[in-house]
Amino acid sequence: MSQETKGQNHQPATSPGETSQAGNRLTRAWSRAAGSDFIWSFKRSPVAVVSFLVALGLVLGAVLAPLFAPHNPFDPATLNLMNGFSSPMQPNAFTGEVFWLGTDDQGRDVFSTILYGMRISLFVGFAAVAFAMVLGVTLGLIAGYVGGWIGAVIMRIADVQLTFPGILVAMLIFGIAKGFTPLEQRDEMAIWVLIIAIGLSEWVQFARVVRGATMVEKGKEYVQAARLNGRGAGGIMIRHILPNVLGPVLVIATISLALAIIAEATLSFLGVGAPPTQPSLGTLIRIGQGYLFSGEWWILLFPSVTLLALALSVNLLGDWLRDVLNPRLR
Amino acid sequence: MTDTVLKVVNLTVKIPTRQGVLRPVDKLSLEIAKGKILGVVGESGAGKSMTGNAVIGLLDPPAHISGGEIWLNGKRIDTLTREPMRAVRGKQIGMVFQDPLTSLNPLLPIGDQLTETMLEHLDISASEAEKRAIAALEEVGIPGAAERIKSYPHEFSGGMRQRVVIALALCAEPSLVVADEPTTALDVSVQAQIIALLKRLCAERGTAIMLITHDMGVIAETADDVAVMYAGRMAELGPVRDVLTRPTHPYTQGLMASTPLAAKGGKRLNQIPGAMPRLTELPAGCAFHPRCPIAKDKCRADPAPTLGAGDGRAACWFAGEAGP
Amino acid sequence: MSDLVEVKNLVRDFDVSAPWLNRVLERKPKAILQAVSNVSFNIARNSVYALVGESGSGKSTIGKIIVGLLPPTAGTIKIDGIDPAHEPDKAKIAAMQVGIQMIFQDPYASLNPRWKVGDIIAEPVTARGGKADGLAQKLLEQVGLSGADVNKYPHEFSGGQRQRICIARALAAEPKLIVCDEPTSALDVSVQAQVLNLMSDLREEFGLTYLFISHDLTIVQHMADTVGVLYLGRLIEEAPREALFADPKHPYTKMLLEAAPKLDGFGREVEPPKGEIPDPIHPPTGCAYHPRCPIAVDRCTKERPEMEQKGKGRVACFLAV
Ligand SMILES: Nc1ncnc2c1ncn2[C@@H]1O[C@H](COP(=O)(O)OP(=O)(O)OP(=O)(O)O)[C@@H](O)[C@H]1O
Ligand SMILES: Nc1ncnc2c1ncn2[C@@H]1O[C@H](COP(=O)(O)OP(=O)(O)OP(=O)(O)O)[C@@H](O)[C@H]1O
Ligand SMILES: [Mg+2]
Ligand SMILES: [Mg+2]
Repeated sequence: MSQETKGQNHQPATSPGETSQAGNRLTRAWSRAAGSDFIWSFKRSPVAVVSFLVALGLVLGAVLAPLFAPHNPFDPATLNLMNGFSSPMQPNAFTGEVFWLGTDDQGRDVFSTILYGMRISLFVGFAAVAFAMVLGVTLGLIAGYVGGWIGAVIMRIADVQLTFPGILVAMLIFGIAKGFTPLEQRDEMAIWVLIIAIGLSEWVQFARVVRGATMVEKGKEYVQAARLNGRGAGGIMIRHILPNVLGPVLVIATISLALAIIAEATLSFLGVGAPPTQPSLGTLIRIGQGYLFSGEWWILLFPSVTLLALALSVNLLGDWLRDVLNPRLR
Repeated sequence: MTDTVLKVVNLTVKIPTRQGVLRPVDKLSLEIAKGKILGVVGESGAGKSMTGNAVIGLLDPPAHISGGEIWLNGKRIDTLTREPMRAVRGKQIGMVFQDPLTSLNPLLPIGDQLTETMLEHLDISASEAEKRAIAALEEVGIPGAAERIKSYPHEFSGGMRQRVVIALALCAEPSLVVADEPTTALDVSVQAQIIALLKRLCAERGTAIMLITHDMGVIAETADDVAVMYAGRMAELGPVRDVLTRPTHPYTQGLMASTPLAAKGGKRLNQIPGAMPRLTELPAGCAFHPRCPIAKDKCRADPAPTLGAGDGRAACWFAGEAGP
Repeated sequence: MSDLVEVKNLVRDFDVSAPWLNRVLERKPKAILQAVSNVSFNIARNSVYALVGESGSGKSTIGKIIVGLLPPTAGTIKIDGIDPAHEPDKAKIAAMQVGIQMIFQDPYASLNPRWKVGDIIAEPVTARGGKADGLAQKLLEQVGLSGADVNKYPHEFSGGQRQRICIARALAAEPKLIVCDEPTSALDVSVQAQVLNLMSDLREEFGLTYLFISHDLTIVQHMADTVGVLYLGRLIEEAPREALFADPKHPYTKMLLEAAPKLDGFGREVEPPKGEIPDPIHPPTGCAYHPRCPIAVDRCTKERPEMEQKGKGRVACFLAV
């Protein structure tokens, strides 16, 4: 090795291709190696590192909320109405207890409600994206590979849905579903309806991108070779094409996650989402909004900031991912 | 020599990457005289396009010239800054690339593109420019040139577009044309037309041409001299007839023997084992030694000798020892 | 024994019209591109039949029809005496199709980048539900790579090595016929020789038959036993290799041979050929080559010449002798 290659301490650790086989098309191997360059680009992007740490911290906080949270806001036994409206970091006038981020009207610790609220927000977000992804990827694969009138119908539905704002679609679905659920089950069902509503409003992105990528892959010769060897359409879609279109899917999934979290918050804020018995960040913001002008600003501010940090960090992470997986943009 | 148009001395291009600093062009020297065609051949990735782009000052960053000199008509051009280099590029160097669409503006009629270039670089009036545009298109064999100047690039076939690009490259009457695989995307019959055109224009106007291609046949029919590149270095340089019929570098020898015509039907082709190494994994010593039939200890230890423009022909310690 | 492949009056049309609505609004007629026009030829067992022609002449389309990736518009294809369009016994068709393989032009696109080489090579067997233990190793060694490469991914190989992997995959099906669509045009000359040699060796070892598609006459001259020349979807000349290269009969073949750059053609001045390939949607009447033909007569503009036996081969030209 020449002197110039030294000082490359951030060389990717696992990259078998770099050392073994000779090959004269370095540029092609370049893009292939994107996988192993992943960590490298990550370390070089402060935005990605910060977003990742913020997102990771928030997700861990939510997942481990029962361990972390000073109070369980859903356990009435731990609540003390006397603690109501404590200011952040100030001892409560009656009980002398100190709450980092203050308490709400019922004496619930805002920090704890945020941690628990994030659980709902993240659960709805992940589940909605998973649902949208499965639906969108499946329909996109079919539209792209089978094409014909089936593909045309799928894509027309997608086009029509795109002309409505996603949140409107979600509200519509939410409204319809609500009409069909019996009153006593509404709170219980609300979360699932929310997931389906948001999922249905977001599958289009997946379907469009997967369809486009599928049509590109379909024209490639490895797919023709598989057809020639008697592999059926299903086998080709799942075993051959799917692994090759997952890159863009991952990007959209991340960006959709941010959108889904915001959509959930919006719906809950409008009062059509998560019920007060299972408050998400959106529900907390709605509740907090009522106290803004009476001086209890912390009930609104902290959940809002958390939502912003969560959505922004996930979104920035998605942007970074898109740039890494698409070297042409660099 | 006073009629040397292009003189490249010890040109080195570097690309800093995370696998280290790559050298797609390493101490390359060559010369082209007025009215001559220099063919540059080599395998994919040998550094042909990098060399061409370095000469026209269009290296894509992070690639950059890190050493050596480029002289055009006795003036050094590798040290020029952007703006003066742009002027040199339009006026004194013409360019033809493999894909004609990269050199044409899809939104402008071809006539406008021609007149614009001429007005920028030549001291002529607009009406004179239009006249010359028509003449230029006629010269490259576009039928009905007077009407066609209003056509857009997409209204032409691939071969016709390449003719337009050649007209564009030549309209400011440059002294050097760098043509990077100008016929690779074209059919044999159209290729023959384009090559004949380039040869004619070069002879009539005394333009020097650097013709980059991987097709030995095209080189044989067109070039006066040939430069064979391997892994960024000059392997062999000399008059085309000598290099092709009596190659002295073992790589050129292997290359010539492995072309199907050399086997004259039926017989097995001579093959060079392996493939050209990636720039990231160049072997120590001469880059060709792992594939070389006459490699000795010296080849594994010392880099091959650097070939100056006027020196011997092959960059090999044991040039000519394997017999032609 | 009959010939392995019998192609008769093969036609393939592509509908290249604008979308239906645009067509109605702009009152445009339907546009049909005839990519293959009434082509007939046979491929003898254990021989190499080369199809040459310029871009768009229909070479790949014929190849894809023969391997069954595209259905023909009209005409028949018999492979091993079986016509898949008219054979009632499905099992027979399936058995026949296993024996046909294809090697593609782009070695980078013909291997799934997410699959291990071992799985890629075994696919012809596993896709049909078979077991392929150790097969990939054996085949890799057969094509000159190492058996240990089964666990690597395609990006770890160079172009020439990838093309060997494609060949290994084709061999896994124990084929009779391999359609090779420009198998070396993406490769460098020194690597091309390796692949061509390998193909010649395998042909002898396994008694393979090749349909070899190429636009490079020097490769065809090296590989082929019989050569068919295509122009605008029409087969215009067919002859044994020596006959075709020594004494081309069709003016188009003559032009192609003349225009191809020669390694020993130092300073050769060729009269550049006239014109370009016409628009395939509106091909010329009569003989498709007549607008560019130096010897065309009135009849050529009106009547399409049929393939006729002349000398050692067949030619579609009224004026060929
Ligand atoms: N941005 C880059 N980073 C790393 N390596 C690069 C970059 N750009 C080009 N290279 C390498 O530089 C070398 C020279 O490339 P160049 O385009 O000059 O080859 P070429 O001889 O023109 O080949 P071809 O016949 O394929 O056009 C290649 O090995 C290529 O992989
Ligand atoms: N799916 C398709 N739809 C429409 N037209 C097509 C399609 N496939 C091929 N064609 C057309 O059919 C003609 C023949 O194409 P084909 O690919 O067989 O040519 P080829 O001889 O293989 O050319 P090349 O040397 O460029 O590979 C071309 O004019 C092409 O545009
Ligand atoms: Mg190049
Ligand atoms: Mg083709």
